[in-house]
Amino acid sequence: MKSQSPDPGPFSVMVHKEIADHIRSWRFSILIALIVLTFIAAMYVSLANIKSAIGNTKDPDHLFLYLKLLTTTDNSIPPFHVFLSFLAPLLGISLGFDAVNSEQNSGTLTRLMAQPIYRDNLLLAKFVSALVIVSGLFLALALLMIGGGLVLTGVRMEPQELLRIFGFIVITIAYVAFWLSLSIMLSILFKQTATSALTAIGIWLFFTIFYPIIINLIIKSFLPDPAYLTQAEIIGYNDLILNLQRIAPNQLYSDAVTTLLMPSVRSLGPITMEQMAGAIPAPLQFKESVMIVWPQVSGLMASTLGCFALAYYLFMRREIRS
Amino acid sequence: MKDPIIQLKGLTKHYGSVKAVDELNLDIYQGEIFGLLGPNGAGKTTTILMMLGLTDPTSCTALVCGHNATSNPIQVKRKVGYMPDSVGFYDNMTALENLLYIGRLNSVPEIELQKRSAEVLEIVGLTADQHKRTSTFSRGMKQRLGLADVLIKNPDVIILDEPTLGIDPTGVRDFLALIKQLSRQQGLTVLLSSHHLHHVQQVCDRVGIFVNGKLLAQGGIGELSGQLFGANSHITSIAVAQPISQPWPLEPELQAWEAITEISINNNELEFTCSRNMTAALVRFLVKKDYDVISVNQKNYGLDDIYQKYFESDITKNTNYEKSIS
Repeated sequence: MKSQSPDPGPFSVMVHKEIADHIRSWRFSILIALIVLTFIAAMYVSLANIKSAIGNTKDPDHLFLYLKLLTTTDNSIPPFHVFLSFLAPLLGISLGFDAVNSEQNSGTLTRLMAQPIYRDNLLLAKFVSALVIVSGLFLALALLMIGGGLVLTGVRMEPQELLRIFGFIVITIAYVAFWLSLSIMLSILFKQTATSALTAIGIWLFFTIFYPIIINLIIKSFLPDPAYLTQAEIIGYNDLILNLQRIAPNQLYSDAVTTLLMPSVRSLGPITMEQMAGAIPAPLQFKESVMIVWPQVSGLMASTLGCFALAYYLFMRREIRS
Repeated sequence: MKDPIIQLKGLTKHYGSVKAVDELNLDIYQGEIFGLLGPNGAGKTTTILMMLGLTDPTSCTALVCGHNATSNPIQVKRKVGYMPDSVGFYDNMTALENLLYIGRLNSVPEIELQKRSAEVLEIVGLTADQHKRTSTFSRGMKQRLGLADVLIKNPDVIILDEPTLGIDPTGVRDFLALIKQLSRQQGLTVLLSSHHLHHVQQVCDRVGIFVNGKLLAQGGIGELSGQLFGANSHITSIAVAQPISQPWPLEPELQAWEAITEISINNNELEFTCSRNMTAALVRFLVKKDYDVISVNQKNYGLDDIYQKYFESDITKNTNYEKSIS
């Protein structure tokens, strides 16, 4: 964004207005409430179980108190990051599904486009404003959690933990950004807000529920009996399944955050005994974890950019009529 | 003559095989009010959108304020205020907030903005309602706020698409008077499109008649009627108290007048078709002959007749290009 000059450009004016609109909307308040409630529930459960988690010396990660706060659960409810892999798409979709078509339907798009602003600024303003809000929300939650943890336990925080938690936030924001740009793209594609919302939710449901089932069905249909396979073949098939699953953005997200929040995760795929030989079950450095999840992160960003580019392509030369 | 402020040359737009705008040539000069008149689906809105670069012409380009509207729309939009036919506002914001937003998008400096918005709200008469949400506004109020919206950027040209649509007659009159006054006071060029000929007739200096993507005629209203009805466009009908016998003894005498081309008699009503304005001479003549003149009616061709004349050939054809409603 431009620096604060006395005369802000049209882009920052639009971003201001969009942010104000989001904050005032009921839709956003409901979603915030939902996410904050989930967060509180997850924190409550993890705080209740934190003592046993920290005391579990068999777990190489047991000393990372703040990471444990985010991931510990007694299996009554899933941990916060798993919740987020469901809720973040909803957040992204709800912030973007009517970005362009509602303006078009209410006749404000023509009025807006008749002003001396670049068309792509509108798309960018919609995208940036929603991201600013989402980033603010997650950052606030993370800081609240850290602050709460400090007050309750008094345990000093490792710099690595801070980096990991911020990494988790950044990946979550990138994940929301993907769904946001997808839903903005759909809002340009479809004239009715209901159609674009339903399509976005359909895509989300497909990837979270049906996609893994379909992959399983397809693989089962041609997978030979594992008993007759060599180990290399089994690993090959496993890789195939995993790679197919990684087409789904939620798989990318959960891979990435699991690795970041659990420092002892060394690989996202199967590892052979030879590779494990000599390895000490110890947490990885932050940099190593980032190296493991880098393909996932770049995959998420690439799909975000892809959706955004498509939105741009659809919007730039289209005729604006009310 | 001065260079035209809006210059369209051979502008064409196709939607598939349908020609929405067909080789349109149009020049609009600084300070005039031009009315684009045509039935629904004639291509008026498409033409306007092309002038603003909101849609791309199939061939040729529109030159507005010296800028190419297709390749340089930002420059055009700085100079041109456009009010779409169904103007919409952000319902969750007040009138003033809507206006300030547009002002800021046009980079009006913040210090000037408050003053200017108060001014334009005063001009359109919405000062009392400025803190109401626009969702509570009536159609007429929205239309006036739309005009305020256009004025806040201090444009050189105003383009109004169907500005009188859906407002009551008093509202229309006030609105058009306001446009005329603004154009005269500030030297604004106004282009307004309408299918409502009476509204156009009230304010426009020049009119272009636009049917099926073609500009059939343009010019002042007098000019247009001259073009259409030729020289015999002065009709005077006079009613007298006495019944007129058939054949009328005075008819040959009047026929001898070179300006009169036709006389028709209907009971006590006489209709003269003349090449010049003969009303005064005719009345004098009849009074001298002891006729009691009870009514004199001089017929001027209005847009109604012009409109009718142009569209009658068109009515049989059904328009397959209708205004797209999404």
